[in-house]
Order: sequence, then C-alpha cells, then structure tokens
Amino acid sequence: MNWFIIFITSSVGKKLVMAFTGLCFVLFIIVHLFGNLTIFLGKESFLSYVEDLHRSHKYLIPLAEVFLLIFGLLHIVFGLVLYIQNLKARPISYNLRKNAGGRTVGSGTMPYTGLFLLIFISLHLVRFRFVEKITQNDFTILINTFNNLGYVIFYILAMVALGLHLSHGIWSSFQTFGVNHPKYNGLIEKGGILLSILFAVGFASIPIYIFTKLS
Amino acid sequence: MNGTINLTLKVWRQPGPGQKGKFEIYQAKDINIHMSFLEMLDVVNEELILSGKDPIAFDHDCREGICGMCGAVVNGKAHGPKKGTTLCQLHMRHFRDGDTIVIEPFRSKAFPIIRDLVVDRSAFDEIIIAGGYISVNTGSAPDANSIPVPPQNAELAMDAAACIGCGACVAQCPNGSAMLFVASKVSHLALLPQGRPEAAKRVLSMTGRMKELGFGNCGNERECEAVCPKQISISHIARLNREFLKAGLFSRET
Ligand code: HEM
Ligand code: FES
Repeated sequence: MNWFIIFITSSVGKKLVMAFTGLCFVLFIIVHLFGNLTIFLGKESFLSYVEDLHRSHKYLIPLAEVFLLIFGLLHIVFGLVLYIQNLKARPISYNLRKNAGGRTVGSGTMPYTGLFLLIFISLHLVRFRFVEKITQNDFTILINTFNNLGYVIFYILAMVALGLHLSHGIWSSFQTFGVNHPKYNGLIEKGGILLSILFAVGFASIPIYIFTKLS
Repeated sequence: MNGTINLTLKVWRQPGPGQKGKFEIYQAKDINIHMSFLEMLDVVNEELILSGKDPIAFDHDCREGICGMCGAVVNGKAHGPKKGTTLCQLHMRHFRDGDTIVIEPFRSKAFPIIRDLVVDRSAFDEIIIAGGYISVNTGSAPDANSIPVPPQNAELAMDAAACIGCGACVAQCPNGSAMLFVASKVSHLALLPQGRPEAAKRVLSMTGRMKELGFGNCGNERECEAVCPKQISISHIARLNREFLKAGLFSRET
C-alpha cells in the first residue's frame, strides 16, 4: 500500500486528519463570523460585503468551497470510523462508570455534537447556498429565515453544539499534533474555550438580532 | 483513627472466558480500615471458602504498587477512588461504614476476562514485542554512563518508565485505547540516546500493533492520566504524536 494511505489510516493518522481538517474549519469559521457580523452595520454594509466577497475573490471562493467539501467529507468519514472502532474496543460496557476527572462535557459528546453539526450544515447550505438568488438576495433570505422562531431556536442549539465540539476540539487538535508544553498549555486550553464561546455567542447573536430587531 | 467498617460488595462473577457473568452481592463485615482493598477481598474470600463457595478470583503479586498485576474498576474508576494508587495500595479508610462498592473487571476487547476480576493482558506483551525495546546490547552500567544524557531528559524518561503496565489506562479510556501505555514506552525510549536509532520504526510498529489488537483510538479524553497509578502525563502521548508525525512523514519507515 502507498505509504501515505498507511500513514493517515493508522490509529494516530486518523486523528491527525481529524485535527487538521477540524482546524481548517476553525480558520474558515473565523472569517465566516467576521463577515456575517457586518449585518450589525446594516443592510447596505452586509450586502456590499457579500458582493465584494464574491467579486474580488472570484477564484478563491470556489477553491475554498472545494477544499471545505473535501475536508468536510474526510472529517465526517474518519470521525465515524473512529467512533465505530472505539465502540468496538469495549463490546461490554461497565455497569458503573465514573468520570475520573479528565473527560469534559465537550470531549464526551464529540460524535453527537458532530452529527448534529452535520444536520445543521446540510440545512444551512440548502437554505443559504444552494438557493436561487435572482428574485431574492442574501439579506431577504436572512430575514425570511430568522423571522421564524423555529429556525432561530434550531440555530441557537446548533451553535451550542459548535461551542461544545470546539471546547474540546481546539485543544485536542494541538495535542494530536504533539503541541503540548507547560509554557503554552494554559494558553491553548483557555484560548480554545474562549474561542468556542466567542463562536457560539457571535453566530447565535445574528438570528436573535434579526428575530428581535429586523423582522 | 482506628476501627472497622461494614460494606456491601457488588462483584462481577464470571466462571470462565467468554462465559456469561453476573453481579453477586456479598457482605464484608468488620473490615479493619487499615487493610488494603486486596486484603479486604482476602477476608471475603476466606468466608466464601469456609461456606463452600468459590472465592473471587483477582490478580495480584507484589501488593506494594510496583508490579502492575492488580487492578479492577471500583465504583466506576480503575483502581478505585484514590488518585495515583494501585488497587493493592488503596486502603479501606477511604471508604465509609455502610458503603456499597461495585467491583468490575477491566473491560476491553483486547483484555478478555479469564475469570471474575482477572483479565488477560498479554496484548500489552504483544505491543512490547512490536518494538518496546532496544535491539542492541547497550552494555552494563559503566558503559551506559559513557553516553551523556541530559538530566532533564533522564528525568522525563524516568517518568515514562514508571509505567507498570497495569492496564488501568485502557480500562478507564472511554475509547478503550492503550495510548498512554504505548506512549510511555515510546516516550521513555525516544528520550534516551540508546533508543533514538529505532525510534521511527518503534512508534509506527507499536501503534500499528495496538490497532491490530483491537484497542481503540485516543480521543484526548485525559481519563487515562487521571487514573494512572504512576500519574504518567499525557504529555508523553503528545511526544508519541510528534514521533509519529516525524516517523510517518520524514523517515524511511512505513
Ligand atoms: C460536519 C459534521 C461534523 C462531524 C460529524 C464531526 C465529528 C467529529 C468527531 C467524531 C470528532 C472526534 C474524533 C476523535 O477524537 O475521535 C471530531 C473532532 C473534531 N472536530 Fe468535528 N465534526 C463535525 C464538524 C466539525 C466542525 C464544523 C468543526 C469546526 C468548526 C469541527 C472541528 C473539530 C475539531 C477541531 C476536532 C478535534 C480533532 C482532534 O481531536 O484532534 N468539527 N469531529
Ligand atoms: S499487586 Fe503489584 S501493583 Fe498491585
């Protein structure tokens, strides 16, 4: 077999793929969040941001989308394989199992928050990406989506899932890459949690703002 | 503090490998609080034998926390509630009169149950066979001293070498992974000059063997380090990960 396939399908290799793709998503959502927050500057700012993005990065955007798609598929497939292998490693579970102090809410729910994010991302793309934008624009789609309380609640729940996933995921990716040193462990752990909270609050603020102020 | 306590034990009993097991309830009466957990089981076993029943099978050897033979999941934690101790070094003063204690074997696909609380941990030997050693004779003590080892590396290597191979890391890991065990061996040898020549080959073949034997994948849950009787840090897993990256991408080994 090709050495690279052996490398990335090994036990540690699969984790490296999860960590690499996961961190790429983190970079993406940083940019995505800053862009989306232009909604707070008003309709014109938001629409001109969207237009600029697609006009001045004609090639960058489709390229990024292709990479996000490939990385997304890798993250999902490898995540599921890891999940199944890990279940198989303990066919008979404990009658009584307690947390010894390492596990967190985030780390213990990775596959579940992950699957919820998969559902969210699919619906999110159907609603905002694969939609006709001739009779409507990104602003009207946004308003029409978030004047519906059901959507707002679903989005908030999804952002809680994102925050939980990343509260473990960011630190965990660094550990997977072997970045663990007393000099900066505190920064990675606390920074990871702070970022997760900022992502969750930042993204969730948009549907709440639209529902309460703009619709 | 002096005294005795009475306990209710809920113990996993299983007559043999692959057979159906179940929990049995036993009363442990007048247990001296200075006894170790295994001595408490000895007392219960004596009564079982006197009343014509099969004693509870459990592994043990040194009973001083250095051999790695003992171990069970006690009240949901490998080696019981106290940090940094093996089951043989857990004393009954950490329990209260009237407590119910649930005792289960280490559960992992790679550690089949032999009987009651005794599990077969030869999978660990298999992992060691895959590369947990140095193939050349490194000489006797004076020879070893002729190779300079920075004291901080010697200290870190010693921390990793403290692993007694008890298997608590596997037992506690939500994924049934043996990463802390493998990392201890990889890290220990990777930190010393004698271990460097085979470092790349070692990390790839030991982690590969771990997977083949049916252990799970590390999820960085940190449960292993929390129950490790030698309190081996997951920073050794990070070192394994670095060795793995280096070996996988930059060495000639696959
Ligand atoms: C699309 C749905 C998703 C699924 C099904 C999913 C699933 C998973 C699973 C199961 C893990 C744990 C792997 C393991 O440690 O065994 C994981 C880790 C991770 N995920 Fe996701 N995830 C998804 C989306 C995301 C998103 C949107 C992000 C980032 C914005 C993300 C970032 C991460 C990171 C950083 C890790 C940590 C990798 C590591 O532990 O080294 N994931 N994911
Ligand atoms: S019996 Fe040797 S470590 Fe417990």
